[in-house]
Amino acid sequence: MNVTGVVENKSTISEVKRKTKKNLLIKIKKSWQLYVLFILPLMYILVFHYYPMYGASIAFKNFDPVLGIGGSPWVGFEHFKKFFESYDFVRVLKNTLGLSLYSLIAGFPLPILLALSLNYVYSKRFKKAAQLITYAPHFISVVVMVGIIFMILDPRGPINNLLSLFGVKEGINFMGEADYFKSIFVFSGIWQNVGFGCIIYLAALTSVSPELHEAAIVDGASKIRRIWHVDIPGIMQTAVLVLILNMGSFLDTGFEKVLLMQNPLNLSSSQVIDTYVYNVGLVSALPQYSYAAAIGIFKSLVAFILIIASNKLAKKVGQDGLW
Amino acid sequence: MNTKIGESRGDRIFTVCNYIFLSLLVLSVLYPLIYVLSASLSSTNAVASGRVWLFPVEFSLLGYKTIFEYSKIWVGYGNSLFYMIVGTTVNVILTILAAYPLSRRDFYGRGIFMFLFVFTMMFNGGLIPNYLLVQDLGLLNSRWALIIPNALSVFNVIITMSFFKSTIPNELLESAQLDGCNDFKFLFKIVLPLSAPIIAVISLFYAVGHWNSYFGALIYLRDASLFPLQLILRDILVQNSVDPSMMGDATQLANKIGLQQLLKYSLIVVSSLPVLIAYPFVQRFFVKGVMIGSLKG
Repeated sequence: MNVTGVVENKSTISEVKRKTKKNLLIKIKKSWQLYVLFILPLMYILVFHYYPMYGASIAFKNFDPVLGIGGSPWVGFEHFKKFFESYDFVRVLKNTLGLSLYSLIAGFPLPILLALSLNYVYSKRFKKAAQLITYAPHFISVVVMVGIIFMILDPRGPINNLLSLFGVKEGINFMGEADYFKSIFVFSGIWQNVGFGCIIYLAALTSVSPELHEAAIVDGASKIRRIWHVDIPGIMQTAVLVLILNMGSFLDTGFEKVLLMQNPLNLSSSQVIDTYVYNVGLVSALPQYSYAAAIGIFKSLVAFILIIASNKLAKKVGQDGLW
Repeated sequence: MNTKIGESRGDRIFTVCNYIFLSLLVLSVLYPLIYVLSASLSSTNAVASGRVWLFPVEFSLLGYKTIFEYSKIWVGYGNSLFYMIVGTTVNVILTILAAYPLSRRDFYGRGIFMFLFVFTMMFNGGLIPNYLLVQDLGLLNSRWALIIPNALSVFNVIITMSFFKSTIPNELLESAQLDGCNDFKFLFKIVLPLSAPIIAVISLFYAVGHWNSYFGALIYLRDASLFPLQLILRDILVQNSVDPSMMGDATQLANKIGLQQLLKYSLIVVSSLPVLIAYPFVQRFFVKGVMIGSLKG
């Protein structure tokens, strides 16, 4: 039909494109100062976060410090194979997943419980004191935390003293028994973080509309029923969000604390992927950089799959995911 | 008269149970802290034989005295202060430099940059590549190894960014621009003075992080004169390696063991003191920080 029309159209499109491009340049030019401000942080992120991602490619190479990351020869999946076939693989994976799952299951509900409980305290002073005290351990360093664990659980410490009142004669060396390791790790973590973890739920509870509570009271609902039918649905969204965020760091559960609590006696249940990487890659007399990096990548991959899966799951049960 | 009308019997039982539950929880959180404090104030004998339960037994300040004479601790204290002050300053500056442009709607490429930042929260190169990078940059065994690789936390950038977005109205920017104010000036003269609360919050987050961290020092530092307090604490509390010169005139083995125990308790108190003294005053800031962080999940 009319060829000219198409041509005309084309020319306007390219013109618009040119114009937007020009606009863009003008826009960037107008706010060039923002880019100047942004240079330093951007460089930091690129160098200290993205360069190591490139550096992780040594997992597929035989890293030679002399040749550098780029120059070392490729070996494909050799290091991964070595890890999967190694004697440690099953044990380390089992410990990592076991510890993470245990922490998640035991540690997730308690902050919610604490927030609900604080929410029904009428005495302002008591509430404030309870919050002040339960938040405090969060600010204690991991090193001190582990030091305290050792002292409290010492064969001659207060816990064993208490047990001896109930007829346990021998002081139990809690840190020396592999069977106790996971529970000690998890419950000391709860001790440290339950208070701080509940802040976010307290915030969510304040946004539950009071009319719902009033209506429930008019209908004769008891407090337990109000918690169940009003409060819990009100904080569900937050709980799911926290759960997903936890899933993202699911596998690096307190690596620094595990490392500190680890000793030859409890190694069989305290060796997790991260400490294994640390031992193989940095501590041993012959550091195996490539092998350790391969194990690190394996962990990142599992973590990535977990966060995507939990996000999908959250959407399936009708909640908003992270994205 | 009962002020809470409609409080049924079930509800009263619930309230009582609730208070009992909370009290037990608070006590179990508090007990280890009180125990450590009491033990640090007891005699070596009482500590070694496990006679301390709740209050100090045979009050003594020997543990503290021994610490005060131990120079390693004070070197560590000084180093930790250095890492905390310099590190936090670098952190806060970089965080603001990242967060302010990202909070501006007219910052072209914001989406891409944001993605670049957030992606690093989910994925990282891992321990070994990071170590190699620090090594290649020649930072190994230098003070900067604890500062530069931790110059920024993306989580804090997000908190700061959402604060800027919600408190600095766009009209303010527009009117300032009409008056000929440029972006630098706007940031320093208008945004920063309005942002004292968020700067306080992230400074605290960063400062506590620096004060409490040990792992970076463990892998990057070799020279004992650079060690932060936490690393020295680790040697004594966890590795049980106490310098014999520290024990002074405790010649008998039993005394030595007792003093070694006592030292640990006093050390915990001394090292946590700055944080615990500041804590009641700054607690609400932390709560605020968590709240701001939770606004935009």
